[in-house]
Amino acid sequence: MNVIDRSHAKPAAKLLSGNAACAQGAIDAGCTFFAGYPITPSSEIAERLSTMLPRAGGVFIQMEDEIAAMAAVIGASMGGVKALTATSGPGFSLKQENIGYAAGAEIPCVIVNVMRGGPSTGMPTRPSQADIMQSRYGSHGDYPMIVLAPASAREIYDETIRAFDLAETCRTPVVLLYDQVIAQSSETVSLGGRPPAHATRKWASGPRESYKPFAVGDDLVPPMARPGDGYRIHTTGLTHSESGFPSQDPETVNRNLGRLFAKLDQHRDLIDSFEAVRCEDAEVVIVAIGISARAARRAVDLCRAHGKKVGLFRPITLWPFPEIALREATKNARAILVPELNIGQLRLEIERQLRDRRVEGLHLISGEPITPAQIASAATKLASEV
Amino acid sequence: MFRDAPHFDVRDYLRKEMMPHFLCPGCGHGMALRALLWALHELQIDRDRLAVVSGIGCAGRLSAYIDANTFHTTHGRPLAYATGLALARPDLHVVVITGDGDCLAIGGNHLIHACRRNLKLTCLMLNNEIYGMTGGQVSPTTSETRLTTTTPHGNTEPNFDACALATAAGAGFVGREMTRHVPKMKELLKEGLQHPGFAFIEVLSDCTEVYGRKNDMGSSSEMVMRQKSEIRPSAYRDSVDEPFRSTDLPTGILARNNRPEYGAALRAAAAARAGK
Repeated sequence: MNVIDRSHAKPAAKLLSGNAACAQGAIDAGCTFFAGYPITPSSEIAERLSTMLPRAGGVFIQMEDEIAAMAAVIGASMGGVKALTATSGPGFSLKQENIGYAAGAEIPCVIVNVMRGGPSTGMPTRPSQADIMQSRYGSHGDYPMIVLAPASAREIYDETIRAFDLAETCRTPVVLLYDQVIAQSSETVSLGGRPPAHATRKWASGPRESYKPFAVGDDLVPPMARPGDGYRIHTTGLTHSESGFPSQDPETVNRNLGRLFAKLDQHRDLIDSFEAVRCEDAEVVIVAIGISARAARRAVDLCRAHGKKVGLFRPITLWPFPEIALREATKNARAILVPELNIGQLRLEIERQLRDRRVEGLHLISGEPITPAQIASAATKLASEV
Repeated sequence: MFRDAPHFDVRDYLRKEMMPHFLCPGCGHGMALRALLWALHELQIDRDRLAVVSGIGCAGRLSAYIDANTFHTTHGRPLAYATGLALARPDLHVVVITGDGDCLAIGGNHLIHACRRNLKLTCLMLNNEIYGMTGGQVSPTTSETRLTTTTPHGNTEPNFDACALATAAGAGFVGREMTRHVPKMKELLKEGLQHPGFAFIEVLSDCTEVYGRKNDMGSSSEMVMRQKSEIRPSAYRDSVDEPFRSTDLPTGILARNNRPEYGAALRAAAAARAGK
């Protein structure tokens, strides 16, 4: 399991919004390319990076639309640099086709989606958690996805860095998913010191003649060929063979598509991350992410003060869902409460994971965050019923 | 008839493992590909540093045949992919191959902004007036009254003059040729490849199997011969000022300007700000 290394943090505190922490995290992760398009409530990331990236020797570009921004990020990554884009709801929808391309062609990149109220234009300045399923399944076809769901400005910083590390290590797009409240609220954050060593991309080396762009070793991640290094390979969104050229041979397609999933399975130790609070003896475990998890953390204290055995399980890696850790954290729980700012997306996944347990949702789609009191009341009621 | 330039053997530039190619008999795209490879050969562009980015459609498939760093991207987006690639790697020579549907319909927004930005890219748009790969639907360049699978009573939409569009949007270099004249295509591509900003080159190609058959336009050679009647040299016309196609089309270099190249301007601005 991932343990967040905070040893590089020194106590010097800053007041940072989640979006500002994301921009700083990108710089510290070695990101040198950002392409974006203005959209509330994620624009602060672009605004910050338009100053920070050129100073760090990188490139910032505001593209003509969301689709172009995603495409430019993939193009830059194919050129060999760490690349980021940031968006929100409607923009995230527009990016989906190219996110699927990055998954299929195995191009590392990081996509921030700040969740605002939907559907459609919805509530641009209000929080939501209704892109939980879209972040996993938004593009067409079968493909795996890593989605990280930080819950504070400090954690956004850490998870931005981890997103780049996972993207490079697993050669895959990674989505950073958080809501408008933590994106735009300013918090005291301790940053600084030396960031930990980062994953670097595995580049092709060795004889050019025998190089196969999608041949893999034990880690199932093919080394990439950097343009200019002489490998002269073909990259395509069509299903392809190990040679990189299009193939519809059933066995080849099955092997290569299957490997996309297997390579993430192989890296679950790096990918999985969660926080479990007072779950050991909990009769009711709350499962939540983002701002709902922040409220739930307070609700746990409120319930415990009243003698109710309530705990919190917070997936920091949302997809692939840390199911083993969830089962461990809920082994003594008789009921699960899932507070979330949608009509029941995370609850669906928890129901799927814990079929033998009572799973209740607490859903709010009004554009307001759920309060600790609302969660504590629901947890108390649930505890009395089971 | 034309003769190959000395030492130019198109087979040196093609990926043998991708042969035979999938183009239909009579398709003009192969001649355009040959002209591009010939131009790259004469300019002695290092193929290790050559990146060819293509979209989706018949034209989009051509990148796979070129022995270089090739990227077959999503429908309409090759210019956006190429923009990221060229900005991240100014040491690469980036060429985009696209079609009329890819470039002017689904990717139209990227084209006008690529022209406006003037990043150093060479964009080769193969215009066969049809969506060939999907079976022959009407495209933004299909001539009026033509029959397609989605205009069974004849096309009633006016068609784009892509070069006029690119010129109006500020492209640094704009030119047009036809597959009928391979050496002229090669020369035009050489000019475009050497232009320090965004170069847009339209090549009129012929889709014999789908468009030609549907409109009873005869054999491939008859279609290619017909290109001549649709085209006149640019010398007959001062400038391209129509956003839609007139009955005949000028060829050759149609526009050229010396606006600052975007990548260099961006790097200069960053350098000026560095340390501040």
